[in-house]
Amino acid sequence: MKKTVLAATTALSVAMFSLAAATTAQAELKVGMITTLSGGGAGLGVDVRDGFQLALKMAGDQQIELLIEDDARKPENAVKIADKFISSDKVDVLTGIIWSNLAMAVVPKAVRGGTFYISPNAGPSALAGKGCHENYFNAAWQNDNLHEAMGNYANEAGYTKSFILAPNYPAGKDALTGYKRFYKGESAGEIYTKLGQTDYAAEIAQIKNSGADSVFFFLPGGMGISFMKQYAQSGIDIPVLGPAFSFDQGILAAVGDAALGVKNSSQWSKDLTNPANKAFVEAFVEEYDRLPSLYASQGFDTANLILSAAAKADISDKAAFREALRAADFESVRGDFKFGPNQHPIQNIYVREVIKENGVLTNKIVSIGLENHGDAYAVDCKM
Amino acid sequence: MSTLLIAEQVLNGLQLGVTLFLMAAGLTLVFGVMGLINLAHGSLYMIGAFCCAFVSVETGSFLLGLVAGMAGAAIAGAVLEVVVMQRLYARDHLDQVLATFALILIASEGTRWVFGDVPLFLDVPQAFAGTVELVGGLTYSKYRLLIIFVGLVVALGLYWLIARTRLGMRIRAGESDREMIAALGVNIRLVYTIVFALGAALAGLAGSMVGALSSVQVGMGEPVLILAFVVIVIGGIGSIKGALIGAVLVGLVDTLGRVFLPSFFQLFMNSSDATTIGSSLASMAIYVVMAIVLAVRPQGLFPATGTSSA
Repeated sequence: MKKTVLAATTALSVAMFSLAAATTAQAELKVGMITTLSGGGAGLGVDVRDGFQLALKMAGDQQIELLIEDDARKPENAVKIADKFISSDKVDVLTGIIWSNLAMAVVPKAVRGGTFYISPNAGPSALAGKGCHENYFNAAWQNDNLHEAMGNYANEAGYTKSFILAPNYPAGKDALTGYKRFYKGESAGEIYTKLGQTDYAAEIAQIKNSGADSVFFFLPGGMGISFMKQYAQSGIDIPVLGPAFSFDQGILAAVGDAALGVKNSSQWSKDLTNPANKAFVEAFVEEYDRLPSLYASQGFDTANLILSAAAKADISDKAAFREALRAADFESVRGDFKFGPNQHPIQNIYVREVIKENGVLTNKIVSIGLENHGDAYAVDCKM
Repeated sequence: MSTLLIAEQVLNGLQLGVTLFLMAAGLTLVFGVMGLINLAHGSLYMIGAFCCAFVSVETGSFLLGLVAGMAGAAIAGAVLEVVVMQRLYARDHLDQVLATFALILIASEGTRWVFGDVPLFLDVPQAFAGTVELVGGLTYSKYRLLIIFVGLVVALGLYWLIARTRLGMRIRAGESDREMIAALGVNIRLVYTIVFALGAALAGLAGSMVGALSSVQVGMGEPVLILAFVVIVIGGIGSIKGALIGAVLVGLVDTLGRVFLPSFFQLFMNSSDATTIGSSLASMAIYVVMAIVLAVRPQGLFPATGTSSA
């Protein structure tokens, strides 16, 4: 009995699958999304995916066939999925990777092989400078960008002795490099923590003893939640600064009131007033019943970038498609957006403050941190 | 580097140590008594934290949350023991590792289904918020002191349970000779279930208490599980005393290594390199300690008596 039921279900699902494949068979562009949907940091991948799918839905587009696979934040999974997407599914465009170490494992090989890669999140410095490639586009930011804006803000706010910390991995190093590139004061201390660390008692004790006048930290996901809660408990009142990743919509609720008033930098905020963003925020809340995060906005923009290129050029003509991507002819939810010479964004980076709105913690823009900001690696890029 | 800072860091190391002890105690008992490698112990830690966060937010009482965290993990543990683990005792360790690894995946995805991807909010109870001044101007987090206190009370309680009670006697007997104690008419199955649930409750307690400091999210148990395994290997598998001493040792080495290794390298190289090398070495420190202990005493520091099979 059990076996028959099992066989029946299998047959049914196979039938449904082939039906689904049949209805999308006329799609003209295949997009493979490799993103993190399970394990630590799944919230980021889910937001990118939801933003991406929302853009396709709003455009009412039938041309794009989207394949999605979960990398569980493991580089070896990401590499396997990319190989499968490229060699057996024959996708034209890859996207979706959240983490810089995964991007480094997948992107260089994929773009050399002629597949387009459009990054909705990670922007490691190695792919922005000497390692840039004509098939690699970044629709989010170069890793250093948000941190540079915070370094600049620290000068404006009159901080002269910053304590800085980040996890010991490529994006963590980019973060501290970015902050120091703009920050002019002296250093009160610099720490690299373990990736995935949850207890920061030792680091917080060092901060307390350092005589710092400000603390800059880049700890994405659960790491940031732990740090902020423990920091609030420690009784230190040195102001903290960070990129949007530590104060994103997805984690503010878990941090709680400890985050109130903290300044953070972002290329996007839900209170940007351009029409594209208003429509996006409204549609996102309507569709998913939660506020969008910056990751969702990046997924949304990535999809719209691909749609804009697909409308102008056929994928069979790679050079034309590349030109169409370069033009970035779409309404970005972050306002003005264009690509620099290394195909990374030139955009405004805003300074936001964490506030409480109708009982929900969220961010509001207080100033522009850096205007029409590119990145420091573009000069090394020879394309 | 001031004495105050060193004292504070020692307290931090101690706090990490007792948290690890709560995890390692269950793991080492289950391995010592039943001969079972339970990779899903980290999932019980996570389940405890989620139960605690959910009940705390619903009722507004952290104490109730803590009880729910322990109870939830204990129930989950008992059910797992009866449904899955009992079938694994006679199998070899590879089968156990595979089965309990599958349980990790099931527990993680199951929790995601129920609670979603967004980490839950769980805060330190008001009564223990903020810091308290100890001797000589040293201020320390009240909640972390509470964790140290609870951990030490649990250690004493476990010692009493195992050395002084009838149940403890049976557990020790089961550790030495499973067949014999069953032949003497003791319901060894029930003892196993109780031991497993007890270990799960301690993991749930650890998850709940740490969850209030860090973030309650899917996958929070696995990093702690790895450290707990290091602890029981250092302490000697099956030994509660070994687990306590191993846990405190690991806690201190990890915390002090993180703080002092970078400063040590700064004595003779530039600040940026010292930070990188120091932090990389610090994350290796506990494994180096483990390797040294294994080289000198392959059975661990305090091997449990009578576990020739372990």
